[in-house]
Amino acid sequence: MAEVLVLVELNPTGEGVRKTTLEALTAARALGEPAAVVVGGPGSAAAAKAQLAEFGAQKVYVAESEEVDSFLVAPKAEVLARLVAEKSPAAVVIPSSPEGKEVAGRLAIKTGSGFLTDVTEIAPDGTATQVAFAGATIVHSKVTVGTPIYTVRGNSVTPEPAPGAAEEEQVAVQLSDAARATRVVDRVVEQKSSRPELTEASIVVSGGRGVASAENFSIIEALADSLGAAVGASRAAVDSGYYPHTFQVGQTGKTVSPQLYIAVGISGAIQHRAGMQTSKTIVAVNKDPEAPIFELADFGVVGDLNTVVPQATEAITARR
Amino acid sequence: MDIVVLVKQVPDSGSERNLDPADNTVARGSADNVVNEIDEYAIEEALVLKEAHGGEVTVLTVGPDSAADAIRKALSMGADKAVHVVDDAIHGACAPQTSAILAAALQQMPFDIVLCGAESTDGQLSVMPALLAERLGIPQLSGARKLTVEGGVARVERQTDGGFWALEAPLPAVVSTWDTINEPRYPSFKGIMAAKKKPVEKKSLADLGIDPATVGLATATSQVIDFAGRPPKGAGVKVNDEGDGAAQLVDFLAAQKIV
Repeated sequence: MAEVLVLVELNPTGEGVRKTTLEALTAARALGEPAAVVVGGPGSAAAAKAQLAEFGAQKVYVAESEEVDSFLVAPKAEVLARLVAEKSPAAVVIPSSPEGKEVAGRLAIKTGSGFLTDVTEIAPDGTATQVAFAGATIVHSKVTVGTPIYTVRGNSVTPEPAPGAAEEEQVAVQLSDAARATRVVDRVVEQKSSRPELTEASIVVSGGRGVASAENFSIIEALADSLGAAVGASRAAVDSGYYPHTFQVGQTGKTVSPQLYIAVGISGAIQHRAGMQTSKTIVAVNKDPEAPIFELADFGVVGDLNTVVPQATEAITARR
Repeated sequence: MDIVVLVKQVPDSGSERNLDPADNTVARGSADNVVNEIDEYAIEEALVLKEAHGGEVTVLTVGPDSAADAIRKALSMGADKAVHVVDDAIHGACAPQTSAILAAALQQMPFDIVLCGAESTDGQLSVMPALLAERLGIPQLSGARKLTVEGGVARVERQTDGGFWALEAPLPAVVSTWDTINEPRYPSFKGIMAAKKKPVEKKSLADLGIDPATVGLATATSQVIDFAGRPPKGAGVKVNDEGDGAAQLVDFLAAQKIV
């Protein structure tokens, strides 16, 4: 069976791999035997190996070096390009983070291949499913040149365990000058939060202009915490200064696809729908019965968020 | 300082957008065509750089004749001149092909820095800086919420989940900007009038030394097989809160086995 390279996205906290890696490993199995590629500092592969084996990696290519994390994007593309040349894989599958998409793009140029970003599914014949235009259109595409490269959108594939041998093979890292062009001087975390990351969370609670103030976002946070959810915000809320831009859902912000999305005080402009329309279940709370968000909602409450949301939080907490 | 800003014309994301069933490319007639929103932040950043360092801002776009409107918008904001790559053979080009066209055009002009928006609202690939950096062998500083240029070195705060990465690279470099980087100016009346007289140079693929057979739908590195509108969601339940709205909401979540 042909090998499919899967770029591993390591957890920034140093604890194993991100869920997106497990999703990519699962998606890659449609095309062949997953071979995980770990590009990181010394020890990265050892910390990730158990998870990679559990989710079907037959091989683990270990490209460890002190300097790969010191430069942006290009080192990962360079390691993958060398492996594509040496191993002739059937395809390359990469988690669809901003960095993952850029790695895919650079790899496509290096290998003379086509690439497809933010795919939600890969079929055994290589056909990928993508969602276009704010979730309004579903597109099937195929790479027609070179080694197909895919980036898999977070939360669109359910990780499924499948034992793999995870046999290690060391890959020498010799970065070119071009790969050393952009130095990552510092990685700064400004918002430390115990909540799950927005793009990975299985539940997201978002607030919009209707929340009416930065202080009042505490009721959104309280509901999110009762559900173990991430907090999001609409652009209107961000532009009004109620919540930081990092948490913006929609066009020019994050695209999320959780099991449950709760939109509070969000009218549902197309720019917002672009970021959440593919959520499995959508719940809306809005005082305007005509708000377009209700067209998307599986369950909607027309009412004052200031009473409905705290009551819901209390009821959920009571059930726990 | 020679500053180039890449501008893309896209169908307005606020209106109904479609693919063209004839060839599965973006239907340009189905919605108003506008400047990609985030590109305006790149244009603004280019103008700010020019104000600080002197030099010239050149707009570069690849697109059909109608893309002239996008160029005009950038010129009316204050860019000095423009290059418009227009050729029927480009129709349906994929991202790697478009990057080859942009790279060839850039190689024909002086530049210290290339700016663009971090994402287009139609394709949403967010990869053009990476593709151009790879093709031109220059640094990429993508996803910027802050940019400073000093002594031939560009420094960027790359926006990330929950914070930023501080990036640094020597010029020439390609930088992409998010909408957190500045507040774009509105074109003044004077700017709009002046834009009409600013030079716009049209270039064909032949002018760039690109074989038209290597570009466009027929030779694109990926092909759309088919597309369909997302099936409309069945109407959900909507209740008016008469004191028990929250309770009903929680019952719904319980029925979904969420709580």
